[in-house]
Amino acid sequence: MGKVVLVTGVARQLGGRFVRRIQRDPDVDRVVGVDAVPPEHHLGGADFVQADIRQPGIARVLAEAGADTIVHLDVTGTPLGSGNRASLKETNVIGTMQLLGACQKSPTVRRLVVKSSTNVYGSAPRDPAVFTETTPPKSLPSGGFAKDTVEVEGYVRGFARRRPDVAVAVLRFANILGPTADTPLASYFSLPVLPTVFGYDPRLQFVHEDDVIEVLRIASHEPQRGTLNSGTFNIAGDGVLLLSQCSRRLGRPTVPLLLPAVTWAGSLVRTLGMTDFSPEQIRLLTHGRVVATGQMRETLGFQPKYTTAETFADFARSQGPGLLPPEALAGAVDRIAALPLAGGGHTPTQSAN
Amino acid sequence: MADAKVIPFDDDRSRGSAAQRPQRRRSAGNRRPGTESAPVREVQPLPTRAVPQDDVPVTSDEQPPQGSGDGDGGLERRIASGLAFLRRRLTGDYEVDDFGYDEELTDQVLMSLLRPLYDTYFRVEVKGVENIPSEGGALIVANHSGTLPMDGLMMQVAVHDNHPAGRHLRLLAADLVFMLPVVNELARKLGHTLACAEDAARLLEQGELVGVMPEGFKGLGKPFADRYKLQRFGRGGFVSTALRAGTPIIPCSIVGAEEIYPMIGNAKTVARLLGFPYFPITPTFPWLGPLGAIPLPTKWTIQFGEPIPTDGYPPEAAEDPMLMFNLTDQVREQIQHTLYKLLVQRRSVFF
Repeated sequence: MGKVVLVTGVARQLGGRFVRRIQRDPDVDRVVGVDAVPPEHHLGGADFVQADIRQPGIARVLAEAGADTIVHLDVTGTPLGSGNRASLKETNVIGTMQLLGACQKSPTVRRLVVKSSTNVYGSAPRDPAVFTETTPPKSLPSGGFAKDTVEVEGYVRGFARRRPDVAVAVLRFANILGPTADTPLASYFSLPVLPTVFGYDPRLQFVHEDDVIEVLRIASHEPQRGTLNSGTFNIAGDGVLLLSQCSRRLGRPTVPLLLPAVTWAGSLVRTLGMTDFSPEQIRLLTHGRVVATGQMRETLGFQPKYTTAETFADFARSQGPGLLPPEALAGAVDRIAALPLAGGGHTPTQSAN
Repeated sequence: MADAKVIPFDDDRSRGSAAQRPQRRRSAGNRRPGTESAPVREVQPLPTRAVPQDDVPVTSDEQPPQGSGDGDGGLERRIASGLAFLRRRLTGDYEVDDFGYDEELTDQVLMSLLRPLYDTYFRVEVKGVENIPSEGGALIVANHSGTLPMDGLMMQVAVHDNHPAGRHLRLLAADLVFMLPVVNELARKLGHTLACAEDAARLLEQGELVGVMPEGFKGLGKPFADRYKLQRFGRGGFVSTALRAGTPIIPCSIVGAEEIYPMIGNAKTVARLLGFPYFPITPTFPWLGPLGAIPLPTKWTIQFGEPIPTDGYPPEAAEDPMLMFNLTDQVREQIQHTLYKLLVQRRSVFF
């Protein structure tokens, strides 16, 4: 028996990649991609249905496709194309409600995978250093994408209660980075000079897009032996990078600003529509956020291929060189090492170690 | 008082100039055997505050050559390792753990900044360091005093510099620390984390040495008249965390921190306005402005007591409030008792 997979949000890079990948799986018969706008990339032969998940029409699409696995990727922080924040919120929250309503009526649905984000934990100085899946947030996100994800997860929990026969996996992704990722953090890191909050050096965690595709695939199939793929899981690469480390590895200088100035500049930039520097983004870049990934390894049985540092290195390679390339700085230090002493011949080799 | 100004300047200088780092670091390494002969050092008369402070840069400049033996090669190696350090820092090629602890920065820079204060200013004498296990998790529980949490920092240096395995102490700090800019950044890099059961349990599970001061602000901001009187030990959460992890509790008594800022009053209105738990008024602060914020050069003793094992209890013991209170009291009594003993032995506050 083959599976019919319905994927929402396929007009985005991530959705497109996932559709192309899952189609190659032998036990998948048919993949149906759904989005409000036609994707610019190809879907590898998957069927595309242009439908807005905010409209009740999604129920008909679901019934016609006879999908047994729903992968809901249309929970995102950045609007696609010309959309604004209000329509984005509507897609995230109302879209999820409509989709879940359609799932609840459908007798064929067996499995639901929802893309969430570690944004649900918020970021506050009073939070523990490492969040587990059960840590209650000290300060619930007050708005923006973070609040959307909290609400989406609430509806998904309600659905899981009403349909206990459906396996529900909620994947809380850390900041997704990679050569093609179009997340707010990626656009932040591509600024020539990184504005930071003075006196704070947040801890950041990244997950590589390849790992995202892989873990979505694991969650949308039957669980492997000894693992369980329903429940809520934090998904992040191993290790932690500080923002200062990120900027140095990217070779982009930072401009520390006082917190009120950052908030003000963020709203100015947002008004001008240059980049989505939302309040929750500022909170993340102030206090940072680190999640525990024990559940992901032990219960879900997923080992990420990339650590946080490797993910960032891969992302940095795809970016152009910054104003202060680390290689140039390292070279300068090596030249200093070779300079002053008579016996400087062997110092550079030592310092290179 | 004019000479006391030296402290911040000295700190700034060493932070600013990269060239000085390797020298200070090497000197720090060499100083460790020096602190073991603490009784000899302690006898040094310290007539004024000025002398030890002015000494600091000089000794650290002079010590390395005699320590590393061969003059030229040692200097060269130091410069090379200093440049390698600089290179790693500039290119971001270093590691921090999940809590943001930057071991390299702590060992090479931040500890060397604290060491003059530890060695020369407070002349910390450490006793009972053999009570700290050389591996595995342990919870060090200490008294808290001194208006500013200087005692925690000194305890961190004391453990690292005196323990034969050079263990790093991971302190649990109040949430206020993580709200203040700059302070939170330094605290995280020094390996501190928020005092909550989750973080403590995670660190103990990783086999780290965790330091906690359960008195919190009640101990830190108590009036001078109440010095060396232990306050309530929170709700004893530290005991249940240690019980769950099965790690020993090591009581630690710190003498000398109480007198660094004798708090004779508390400006509650100012504190409320600033959002601080208290606003200290000492004989010098705020009357002398920033000068009044210079701590008194008291002589410190840090004594680590006999470990209290917790691995003999059944797993459900962590839920037993009666046992919790008993163990909390036991730890508290032991610290208080040692405090009194150390106070009796102390010749003077300043020597």
